Amino acid sequence: MSETVTIPSFAPRPKSRAARLSQLVPIAVLLPTMVATGIYIFVFVLWNIYLSVTNSSILPVYDFAGFDAYTRLWRNPRWTTGVWNLALFGVLYIVLSTVVGIFLAILMDQKVKGENLLRSIFLYPIAISFVVTGTTWQWILNPSTGLQSFVRNLGWESFEFSLITDRDTAIYAVVIAGIWHASGFVMVMVLAALRGVDTDMVKAGQIDGASMAKIYRRIILPTIWPVLISVFIILLQFAIKTFDLVLALTHGGPGISTTFPAMFVYDRLFAAGELAQGAAAAVWMLIGLVVLFLPILALNWVIRRQKGAVK
Amino acid sequence: MTAIDTIPNLDRKKPLRPSQVVGRIALYATLIVLALFVLMPLAVIILNSVRFNDDILRESFIGWPTRLTLENWGVAWGEACINASCTGVKPYFWASILMVVPATVISTAIGLINGFALTKWKMPFAGFIFVAITIGVFLPPQVVLLPWAIALGWLGLSKSLVGLSLVHIIQGTCFTTLFCRNYLINLPDDLIKAARIDGAGFFRTFWKIVVPLSPPIIIVTIIWQFTFIWNEFLFAITFSSSDFRPITAALMSLNANDTGVSEYGFGSAAVLIAAIPPLVIYFLGGRYFVRGLTQGAVK
Repeated sequence: MSETVTIPSFAPRPKSRAARLSQLVPIAVLLPTMVATGIYIFVFVLWNIYLSVTNSSILPVYDFAGFDAYTRLWRNPRWTTGVWNLALFGVLYIVLSTVVGIFLAILMDQKVKGENLLRSIFLYPIAISFVVTGTTWQWILNPSTGLQSFVRNLGWESFEFSLITDRDTAIYAVVIAGIWHASGFVMVMVLAALRGVDTDMVKAGQIDGASMAKIYRRIILPTIWPVLISVFIILLQFAIKTFDLVLALTHGGPGISTTFPAMFVYDRLFAAGELAQGAAAAVWMLIGLVVLFLPILALNWVIRRQKGAVK
Repeated sequence: MTAIDTIPNLDRKKPLRPSQVVGRIALYATLIVLALFVLMPLAVIILNSVRFNDDILRESFIGWPTRLTLENWGVAWGEACINASCTGVKPYFWASILMVVPATVISTAIGLINGFALTKWKMPFAGFIFVAITIGVFLPPQVVLLPWAIALGWLGLSKSLVGLSLVHIIQGTCFTTLFCRNYLINLPDDLIKAARIDGAGFFRTFWKIVVPLSPPIIIVTIIWQFTFIWNEFLFAITFSSSDFRPITAALMSLNANDTGVSEYGFGSAAVLIAAIPPLVIYFLGGRYFVRGLTQGAVK
């Protein structure tokens, strides 16, 4: 902070009951947020959990009916396929976006001319909605209109690129669109972290004759860990919430081959009239998020402790 | 952070060896190829928005325009049929604006004043509030979707502009409070103390000291709230109806209708209309956009 501030002078006021009352002002200011957030986070989540153990179908009912909705869920192929797709997509999306992002960041860190322009180009997809991303990639990946027909028109008649219309591979179309959307974001995060690396350490390594690969592995990677953890957390929650991207790209198809848990929840709640089952599926999503988050947060905490209060 | 342009000083200016020249060429070639790949989808839909649909169908979705037309833009804006009402995306665009602008301004203002109260005043349960707000940022929206739907029904706000805006304001406040808290916690306490000694109360201190020092975080927060709410889809589709529908929800219906004919020309224009507001903000406020990304994480 280099800004200098001139403090406006205020006329001194005598201490009074009003002055003491004024100490309650900040609490009063926070109160609406506390109430609203409290309802949103605790009441709503508990309410949803409660609805998941009722018999609610089209309308909510509040009589306890056990965990029937939870067990039925795992017999529903739409749900189990969705969970499997999320696991496959989540791993590929997070790992590949991170790898591509780190690769881009390392390239961008080599004193590149036009860095600002390149960064703007790589990052712009993050400003674009999943609906737009999904729609555009649907057109491009659609074999009868997009890339396949483009290459065939160039003269390569036997060219095949029809991931999106094949049950077994359509999920990779979602992965491609996801990586396109996220890798610039990873690049910017990693690049900012790289710029915070201690250059003296790097120089010392170079003087000692360490290879660039070794310097990256031994000196740079350890210092950018916290950023990688943040990236991981953000991508993980993008992955779990995956909904509009798939809806626009494949609509869950062909068949139900690219259905996702978030789509299942929406379908049960607002199309199938199975409120309890939709609520139960949402609870599983929350459980999944928490189970994956806790070890990461613990790891993050340990790393921060070791580095000694990074704030 | 002014470190954006300081580069690790690995080698001072020396004449490059031939192997290094090859390395530089490979470096730039890789970057340019990847940049073109990232730009490709945007370029394709921009080109398609000025091509005739017949040309797109005959040639390919990916292609250079042989003849130009601006008709697609007019059709997408004012005539295209979405769910059997042929109004184009115009009413949905304005619905999004009506929702996004107040929701962004309100949630940013609340976030800033919350951040001030949380960091510069002794607050009971401050740690607990902070944790609760952080949870609010990460909570999967599916878990609160059904309670929101029921509660908005009780309030008589289901599927309305006010209802959806309320959802975004409450959800967004968690995000803005976290952002502003992380920024204001670095503001020197002495400034606040000095103002208090001079007899300034909460609001006066906020207005005279905190707000003038906060433009960086205000801009970052506004950019992110605007982009997030504009692009949001799940709440938009759940809490809207034919009377009021944000553009992301309308776009999905436009491009998912199975009329048998594929209207890629005005479809592309409609996609671009939906993408333009956040893109304009991104290119105008790019520096702040990046700062918002990195700030939350590095701290």
